Amino acid sequence: MAVDRTPASIRTSIDESIAQLVFDSASQQLADLWRHDPTSGTASFVTSRLERISAHLILTTFRVAILRSFTVEPIVPLLRAEAFAYGIDLRVHVGDFNTYVQDMLDPESSLYRFAPDAVILAVRSEQVAPELGRDFADFSSEASRDAAERIISGYEQWIGAFRKHSQAALIVHSLERPTSPSFGIFDSQTESMQSGLLRKVNSELRRIASELRGVYVLDYDALTSRYGSAHWHDEQRWLTARLPIAAGQLIHMAREWVRFLVPLSGRTCKVLVVDLDNTLWGGVIGEDGMAGIKIGPEYPGAAYQALQRALLDLFRKGIVLAICSKNNPGDAMEALEKHPGMLLRTKHFAAMRINWNDKAQNLREIAQELNVGIDALGFLDDNPVECQQIRSALPEIMVIDLSHHDLSKNPMAYASAVRDCAVFERLTLSAEDKHRTTMYIEQKQRERVERTFQSKEDFFCNLGQEAELEPVTELTLARVAQLTQKTNQFNLTTRRYTEPQISEMAKQPQWQISSIKVRDRFGDHGLVGVAITRDHGDDCEIDTFLLSCRVIGRTVETALLAHLAGAAEQRGRKRLIGWFLPTKKNAPAQDFYEQHGFDRQEVSEAGSLWTLDLARSTVRSPEWIKVKVTESIAGGK
Amino acid sequence: MTTTFEQVRDIASDIFGIRADKITPLSSPQTIDNWDSLQHLNLVLALEEKFNLQLSPEEIEEIKSIGAGAKLIESKLQATPS
Repeated sequence: MAVDRTPASIRTSIDESIAQLVFDSASQQLADLWRHDPTSGTASFVTSRLERISAHLILTTFRVAILRSFTVEPIVPLLRAEAFAYGIDLRVHVGDFNTYVQDMLDPESSLYRFAPDAVILAVRSEQVAPELGRDFADFSSEASRDAAERIISGYEQWIGAFRKHSQAALIVHSLERPTSPSFGIFDSQTESMQSGLLRKVNSELRRIASELRGVYVLDYDALTSRYGSAHWHDEQRWLTARLPIAAGQLIHMAREWVRFLVPLSGRTCKVLVVDLDNTLWGGVIGEDGMAGIKIGPEYPGAAYQALQRALLDLFRKGIVLAICSKNNPGDAMEALEKHPGMLLRTKHFAAMRINWNDKAQNLREIAQELNVGIDALGFLDDNPVECQQIRSALPEIMVIDLSHHDLSKNPMAYASAVRDCAVFERLTLSAEDKHRTTMYIEQKQRERVERTFQSKEDFFCNLGQEAELEPVTELTLARVAQLTQKTNQFNLTTRRYTEPQISEMAKQPQWQISSIKVRDRFGDHGLVGVAITRDHGDDCEIDTFLLSCRVIGRTVETALLAHLAGAAEQRGRKRLIGWFLPTKKNAPAQDFYEQHGFDRQEVSEAGSLWTLDLARSTVRSPEWIKVKVTESIAGGK
Repeated sequence: MTTTFEQVRDIASDIFGIRADKITPLSSPQTIDNWDSLQHLNLVLALEEKFNLQLSPEEIEEIKSIGAGAKLIESKLQATPS
């Protein structure tokens, strides 16, 4: 965006693009505008234009309901604009003031009629727990303790009812501690005062959330302390408009909500590709040399170490790191392998493109090498020209531009730029997440071996694959739901399910949810495939059939299908039927039914319906995969 | 350099969804259809955010037109030593 353009001329240009029906350009300009000026006014403009064009854009629609005890209306445009920056078309429902209890308890309430994907319970201590708030001094210590107990059981009851009536995710604000406790500094001396009792309520809230599927806690005190409690609160606005948050902080409330909504809507990135010079270290390795670049425990190297530590945290959370840098490979590798100040080493990077080629091409290659979609990549660079080039060539990529005016090439702010990026947030961590990069390195070894074999069959026999099939369990529920959320390529129907939805289905006798774990002589892939089927009449319908990209092309899909066919036959079904619903990304799965002897029965706008007569089926598990089937445990699924 | 009025006008344009060149210092709840109490709050919040200041309930009452709002912001900005 040119610097000399006025706010009015930028807006005129966007409106012209809309009038000329150039929606992609309008969308990019809106995103640019929001990035440069994330304020309330801009948010109103962005959301009003978004309403006109969202139907023409590829956005993830997500429905969120906000139950509240304070004014949230002015935050809603900020929330929607920020969600749009992550590719989400957010539809928002706001509950009435302080009706959150009725809304959650009554299955007919407007909350449930809205059919939300996620619900935010944004309530304040002052309303939920007046006895622990301003009126604290009026109560005896027994009465306060009783009040805390009553609040906890209240939460237990409301949240329990919510879980019964809805499968949406629930984000609960923890209760804030008073900024000025009734008893002053004495409050901190014992656990039975305001802060102590609220701490207890919050820790019980965390327990309740951890015991239920899809319930998460938003730590409100941590949020306000990050931005400074004194700056956060606006007492006058609370008294006059029931809005407790200062004007300049509303964006931070919106962003905190978005940190939850991005992973819930599946708009996360799996990979972060980083630049080297002036990003991982200060200076240019090709010019400044090993002794000249800034990286180490002392300033200014410490700022870059802080960024590396943030990246290391992502790595440990299962986000795959990769490098894309314009450099002489020799210089860069020496720094990566030998510089004493580096926290990140070559072993932390699953792919590297250190060359003088076009970065967009490099990023395409990295996505291909790691077998992920291009929209699974994030890109971190300090060069505004590179960032702009990637944005226009590959708009699907999440670009973190370190030259952005908020950071203005200030390396001290780089670590938080990475930590604040919601595409790397995770609400659950599976065992697979923590070892992801190791898995990619094993994958490279596999590919090297594959090239040495004459035939695919020889390679498969040599691979020594073992598959373990079992119904979904408490332990695998999170991973199963995660795979339905994230798998785009080998996915026949691309139906997304949350943990509560999977859990609910698993309880129904007509539904079967199978998972497949695969390992081979190079390592363990973990849980990589999910099939969900439903019996009706003579038919067993394949609702979901998906495979992580890690094992595509290894005939694991045939083993999983053979298992479904065998199990359906055992239950007395005569046919296996299933839809293939094409998307922009699932071409790798399009021939699956045909290759396995299914007949096409019906073609509609949405996709094609395929059937397999089980009596005549020839689907067998490949001889080179050793299959172990664990049956459901009697008495529970 | 944009004037305070122009900055206030641009914010009002976003909040009320009206083109900036249709807004004059005399634009008010009488001439702008959707200038209701919630939009008034949104305008106040956007002004506070933009100019990094706080408006008292009495000052908020004073914003009876875009021109009055701009004048108020101007005087607040001059009163704050920078």
